[in-house]
This record gives sequence, C-alpha cells and structure tokens, in this order.
Amino acid sequence: MSAVVGEHHDDHHHGPAKGLTRWIFTTNHKDIGSMYLWFSFIMFLIGGSMALVIRAELFEPGMQIVVPGFFNQMTTMHGLIMVFGAVMPAFVGLANWLVPMMVGAPDMALPRMNNWSFWILPFAFTLLLSSLFMEGGAPNFGWTFYAPLSTTYAPPSVTFFIFGVHMMGISSIMGAINVIATILNLRAPGMTLMKMPLFVWTWLITAFLLIAVMPVLAGVVTMMLMDIHFGTSFFSAAGGGDPVLFQHVFWFFGHPEVYIMILPAFGVASQIIPTFSRKKLFGYPSMVYATASIAVLSFIVWAHHMFAVGLPLAGELFFMYATMLIAVPTGVKVFNWVSTMFRGSLTFETPMLFAIAFVILFTIGGFSGLMLAIAPVDFQYHDTYFVVAHFHYVLVPGAIFSIFAAAYYWLPKWTGHMYDEALGKAHFWLSFIGLNMTFFPMHFVGLAGMPRRIPDYAMQFADFNRISSMGAFLFGVTQLLFLFIVLKCIRGGKQATAQVWEGAEGLEWTLPSPAPYHSFTEPPQVK
Amino acid sequence: MLSRRRLMALALPCLAVPVFTHADWQVNMTRGVTDISESVFNLHMTIFWICVIIGIVVFGVMFWSIFAYRKSKGAKPAQFHESTTVEIIWTIIPFVILIGMAIPATGTLMKMYDTSDSELDIKITGYQWKWRYDYLKDDFGFFSTLATSQDQIYNKDQKGDHYLLEVDEPLVIPVNKKVRFLVTANDVIHSWWVPDLAVKRDAIPGFVNEAWAIVKEPGIYRGQCAELCGKDHGFMPIVVKAVSDQEYQEWVLAKQEQARQEYELKNKQWTLQELVDRGEQVYLKNCAACHQASGEGLPPAFPALKGSAIATGPIENHINTVLHGVSGTAMQAFGPQLSEVDLAAVVTYERNAWGNNKGDMVTPQEIAEKK
Repeated sequence: MSAVVGEHHDDHHHGPAKGLTRWIFTTNHKDIGSMYLWFSFIMFLIGGSMALVIRAELFEPGMQIVVPGFFNQMTTMHGLIMVFGAVMPAFVGLANWLVPMMVGAPDMALPRMNNWSFWILPFAFTLLLSSLFMEGGAPNFGWTFYAPLSTTYAPPSVTFFIFGVHMMGISSIMGAINVIATILNLRAPGMTLMKMPLFVWTWLITAFLLIAVMPVLAGVVTMMLMDIHFGTSFFSAAGGGDPVLFQHVFWFFGHPEVYIMILPAFGVASQIIPTFSRKKLFGYPSMVYATASIAVLSFIVWAHHMFAVGLPLAGELFFMYATMLIAVPTGVKVFNWVSTMFRGSLTFETPMLFAIAFVILFTIGGFSGLMLAIAPVDFQYHDTYFVVAHFHYVLVPGAIFSIFAAAYYWLPKWTGHMYDEALGKAHFWLSFIGLNMTFFPMHFVGLAGMPRRIPDYAMQFADFNRISSMGAFLFGVTQLLFLFIVLKCIRGGKQATAQVWEGAEGLEWTLPSPAPYHSFTEPPQVK
Repeated sequence: MLSRRRLMALALPCLAVPVFTHADWQVNMTRGVTDISESVFNLHMTIFWICVIIGIVVFGVMFWSIFAYRKSKGAKPAQFHESTTVEIIWTIIPFVILIGMAIPATGTLMKMYDTSDSELDIKITGYQWKWRYDYLKDDFGFFSTLATSQDQIYNKDQKGDHYLLEVDEPLVIPVNKKVRFLVTANDVIHSWWVPDLAVKRDAIPGFVNEAWAIVKEPGIYRGQCAELCGKDHGFMPIVVKAVSDQEYQEWVLAKQEQARQEYELKNKQWTLQELVDRGEQVYLKNCAACHQASGEGLPPAFPALKGSAIATGPIENHINTVLHGVSGTAMQAFGPQLSEVDLAAVVTYERNAWGNNKGDMVTPQEIAEKK
C-alpha cells in the first residue's frame, strides 16, 4: 500500500478536475448531485413552457394558438417531462448531495455507476424531445399512454418514446441501487437505522419502490414495442389481446410512482419543520412506520385509477377500501408535522414557508384524493379537471414546493453563501398565489363537468379557465426569479456558518460551509 | 367582438385585466336527474364536509401554532416529541371515519352495478370521433356527431349557447324506465359520460361494459367523451333527450320508417350529380375530421385525398379502402358504419371533388355486392 501511495505524490490533492472533463468524468456525489439538480431545473422550464402553451390555448373557448393534435402532444410531453425529467431527477439530485453527508459517508457507495445513471438522462430526454420535430409529431396519447391509442393509433415517434422510457428506467434503477447501497453500507458508526434522518429513511423506501416498479414500466413499454413492430397483440382486442391489461400493468407501476415522487418530499418536510420550530420532530418512529405503510399500500391500490373501466363489483370494493386506508398513515404524518410546530419556537425563513405551504396544500390534495377514492363518486370525478386539480395539488405544492424548500434550506451548505432572503420570500409568495390561482379553480370546472385533456371547452367553463391561465403565467414567470436567486447565491452573499440554521441538527451541519469536496474522510461518531 | 377575442389571444401573456363575459360560475357537481345521481351527489357532499371539518381542526392547530408560538414573540420550544397514546388515537379516529364513509359508498356502488331487469337496451359504440347508438330490440341505430360548426370553433362565427355540447342526432330515451347502456368501442378507448345521469363507463374495444339509468324528468342532458381518444377527443359530445313514453314510441316508429326509406334508396337509379351532392354531406360528416373539407388531409397521419393515388386510381381499390379500412392506421372500415347509398355517394364524391374529376361513379348496388 505504501509503495502505491509513494508513486502518487499528489494523493492528498482531492479537489475537482478542471474544465468540462470534471463534469463528464466526475464520480463525486456533489458534482453529480448538482448536475441532476440543474438538469431537472432545465426540464422543469421546458415542461413548464409546454404547460403555458396548454394554458394559453385554454385561456378562452375556441381554437386560437395550436391545433388539437399539437395540443395533445403538449399535454403528453408536459406530463412525461415533469414526472420523469423534473421531479424524479431533482429528488435523485438531492439524495446525491445529502445522503452521504447525512449518514457520515465520504461519497456514494457506487460512484462510477452514479456517473453513468446521470449521464443516461440527457440522452434519454434528447431522444424524447427530438420526437417533437419528427414527421407525425411527438407522442400525443397522454403521459399514461393507454393502448391502443399508443400502439395501433400512435404516431411513428412512439418508438423513440419507448426507448427514452427504457433509458430513464435504467437510470432510475441504478440511482436507486446506489442510494440503497450507500445507506445500508456507509453509515457512520453508531448511526442505527432508527437514528437516520427522515430524509434518508424516505429515500431508502423510495429506492425500493423504484427497483420494484421501474422494471414493470419497462415491461409494459416493451409489450407496446412488440405490438407495434413485431405483430404481437398484447393490447389489441382484434388479435385476442386486452386493452385493459395495459392499464393494469401501467398503474401497477404508476401508483407506486406517485409515492416515489412524494415520499422524499415527506422527508424534506420532516427535516425542515423541526429546524424552524426549534423542536424535535414529533413521533419519529411513527413517521418511519407511516412511510413504510404508505409504500406497502401503494402496491395494492392501482386499480383506483380504473374505476370506470368496468371492473367487477368485488374489485371496485377492494380497491376502494385499500385506497381509503392510505389516508390513515398519511394523516399520521400530517398530524406529526403539526404537532412538531405546536408549542415550538417558530421562525419563517423561506424553507419554512415552503414547508408549511407544502403541509397545507398537500393536505388539500390529500382530501381530494380521499374523495376520489370513493368509487361511486369517482364516476363523476374520473378524467375531469377535478383529477387534474387533485394531482397538481399533490405534485406542485407537494413535490415541487418541497424541492424548493430543500434548495433554500441546503443552498448555504452547498455554496457557502446565504441566499437573498427577501427575494426568496418573494419567490415563495408569488409561487403560492400563482399556483392556487392556477389549480384551485380546476376543482370547480371539474365538478361542473369539464373533461381533462381537451383543447377547447363549452362556454360555461370559460371564466375559471381564464383565471387558471393567468395564474399559470404568474407561476411560470416567477420561476425565473428562482433561477436568479440561485445564481446570485452561488456567486456570492453573506458567508454561511457550518450550522447555518439555529435549530438545525444532523451530520451535514457539522461540515463546514461550503461542504468539502469529499464529505467525511474520517467517519464521525454518532451517539 | 371577434377581432377583440383574437387580439386577446395574441396579447395573452401580458394581459392584466380579464374580461369576464360568460358568467357561469358553477362550482359544484350536479345533483342530476336520477336516484343514483342524487345519492352520488349526497355522498360527494358528505365526504366534502368531513374533509372540511378535518381541515378546520388540523389547520386550526397549525395556524394557532404559527400565530402563538413565534420566536419573535419570545416563544420557548417545549421538549416533548413522542406520545404513543396520541399516535394510537389519531390512527384510530381516521380509521373509524373511513368506515363511516365506506358503508354508504358501498351501498350506492352495489345499486349502480345492478343492471338487471332493464326495460330498454341501448348499445353505445365509441368511434374516433363520434358515438353510435343501437336500439337492440327495435333494430335500428344511428351515429351522433358534433353539430357545432368549424367556423365557431375557429372563431370565425359567434359561438352558440351549446357550443361543443350539441349533436346532429341525440340519444332519445323514455323517462321513468330502466335503460341499460351496453358500452363498447370500435377503435381506441373512449368513455361515455353524462353527469346528470352519473353514468361514466369506458368504451373499450373488445369489451362490453354495462351501466343503467332511470331518468325522472324529461329534458336534454349533455355530456362529453371522458377518455383521451386522439385528435378530436374534445369534439365528440353526448346529448341525451329524455321524453315521455308516448313521445318515445312515436320517435321509434319514425326512426324505423326512416330506416325503411333509406333502404329503399338503394334501388333507385342514381346519377353522378346526385351521388356527388349526397356524397359531399356524407364526407363532411364522416371524413372531413381527418381528411379535411379541402381534401388535403393532415399528413402523415391523415393523408390527402386530393390528387391521391387511391382517389384517382382504380375504383376497386378506392371502394375497398373505404369499405374495409387500412389496418394499422386510423383509417376505419366504413363498410359496417354507412349505408350502401352513403358509401357509393362518398366514394363518387371523393373521385369528383377538389379537381380529382375522374368522372366515374359507383352505384349502391355495386357496393352491396362487395360488402
């Protein structure tokens, strides 16, 4: 060993490489985490621009800006890009940055695979986005790509979509393996599982969900590929296949996928709320058990997305009861967050504002989710704007607000500088107003009977749609402010202390700000 | 008026002052016109109020904490962070509430699923992008397509009262009779939804789904396709006209008579001009959504007919394409959908419109031989 060290006299220089190769060849969890976060922000802007095309067309009745076929491409690509390009990579980016620092490890357990799992993504999304310029246009069958619309009746670009999804799946699975390997193997001495920060716990459970369901997604798109190019009839009734089978397989992936996008958000809120309440998280063990219960239940509720396909009565009842059960552990989490705030000593910095809004608005999304679980009533809600309102309430102020909260909370640790608090608060309030303006009226038009995924609508829905469109533009433009705040924070600002926040607890706050290139070269002791 | 609308669409991103012209601020679900839709509405309201009460309690505690336990007011944090008793209580209470919600929901769902003893059976078939209604016992059926003009959709004409929610021929049903709907589809998945009936059933190729309704009041009830089914998903509305039993019987007789007359037309000697004139109407109703009124199509998914190899080539190929469709594409088999007369008319029209000027024609009798 000593002979080897002797030959590498620059062995103690552990800084990053210079130039472009630093980013292409890096195996450093911070570099890769940053790339994931930047990538997801770019995708967030692209997917968001598509949402603005949709909202501009829906600003008033009649077809004004796009044709119906292109409108369908926009709804499809918006969904795919936001789910697979914005939310999921953002959480992987957070995991990359934070998990090693939180468990007291020097880096991720499998750094080369880490590099690869990131670098697949730009290629996957280039492939997907390139379909916009192909003959016949981009995928236009909705992000849920129900067969046979996505097979027999799909544009030729569906094949590119399928390969894109395969690549995203490979990337996600490798990312998940890495997270599990890091958490299970690289924890500092003394950090038992039940002492791990909740963000680490939620990501551990999320990673298992990813490994369980991404192969199912790969399976369903492969069956599509076979139907389209190799003459099989998995989903074609004319050939003895079954279009409903597609939905069962898709939602067996799709429902756990929903929790893949929200469990890490629970973790973020569980880190931030105690810090700014200056009080320990209430009911830590029950938080862990609730997260695990939600993950387990997520595998037996998939058909609640399919109440209208004509399931037998027994099936409807089973999936209705199972879905309602999810309200119990989710309720426990909300009660615990509120109890953490109760009798604390609260301050309201930007991360806390986003976290509080997360709890309130996610709970509203949870309420509409509970309503959707009631099968007989779901016949009136299903595939209307009520559903659009529901899942945007759990995804935008749910997943995306928690990502903003996380960014503000850990930015000082990442950059060494405090962000501009006044601008951060402005970003929060404009986003908060914009998103509620956009999504709250969707509950109303949905209940009044407006189906989703339509490029034009009857006159009675005009007023609320107009409000939604104005809110969407406010929300969209506000996100450029976030970009400005982050760039400003990277370039300079008040020097951040190691602790950063008065009430912050955890190993990452024992490192200096900015955190050193290799997090813990000596394992810290956890009492 | 029109120019102002277009201007607003262009100026959208910087538009600050909205003009609200179509005041209809319906915020809630309809009660509908059946017993089932009434119980669905009641369930919806029950669950809604339960959520509101839970929300008031939870957010109440939260806002109290935000208000009262601020550091700026000198709040000192308490030390508690665990209580098994409390955790058990707030696991059990929601569980009990859920059971309370599940019981009435189960009852309503069981009623919805009881499709026995129907007095009238109607088969509903979803097509891209129209509905077909077949009255099984009375042996007739018809297509129901959007009646709103393209000019209204593309803002060249004032939008009507029932913009996008009007059809050329509504589904007619009698009131106070149990009507069973057998829902299926011909191409992709559609979903037949009429909010006032609380009926939403996916129309799936290869499957027949069942639903039922007893409408209590005569009237016109409007709905839409609820499952993304391609380009014109937003343009295939549903209109149900509920009438008294007597009126219904008269309507059935008239429809049967009309079907007989259509059948008779087959034996008439048609001239080229007569077929072209009829064909134009058939084309606009059945073909123009994809191939466009101009015959120029929307390539590559929907090819042009103007000057195309099929519409100007051998008539045999042309007839076969229309009758049997092109598998693996959006081109449907129109043989089972249209009458011999309409098929002959539309083929003749396509060969003689937009400068195709083939000058040949096909008679209904010739179509009947090939069908």
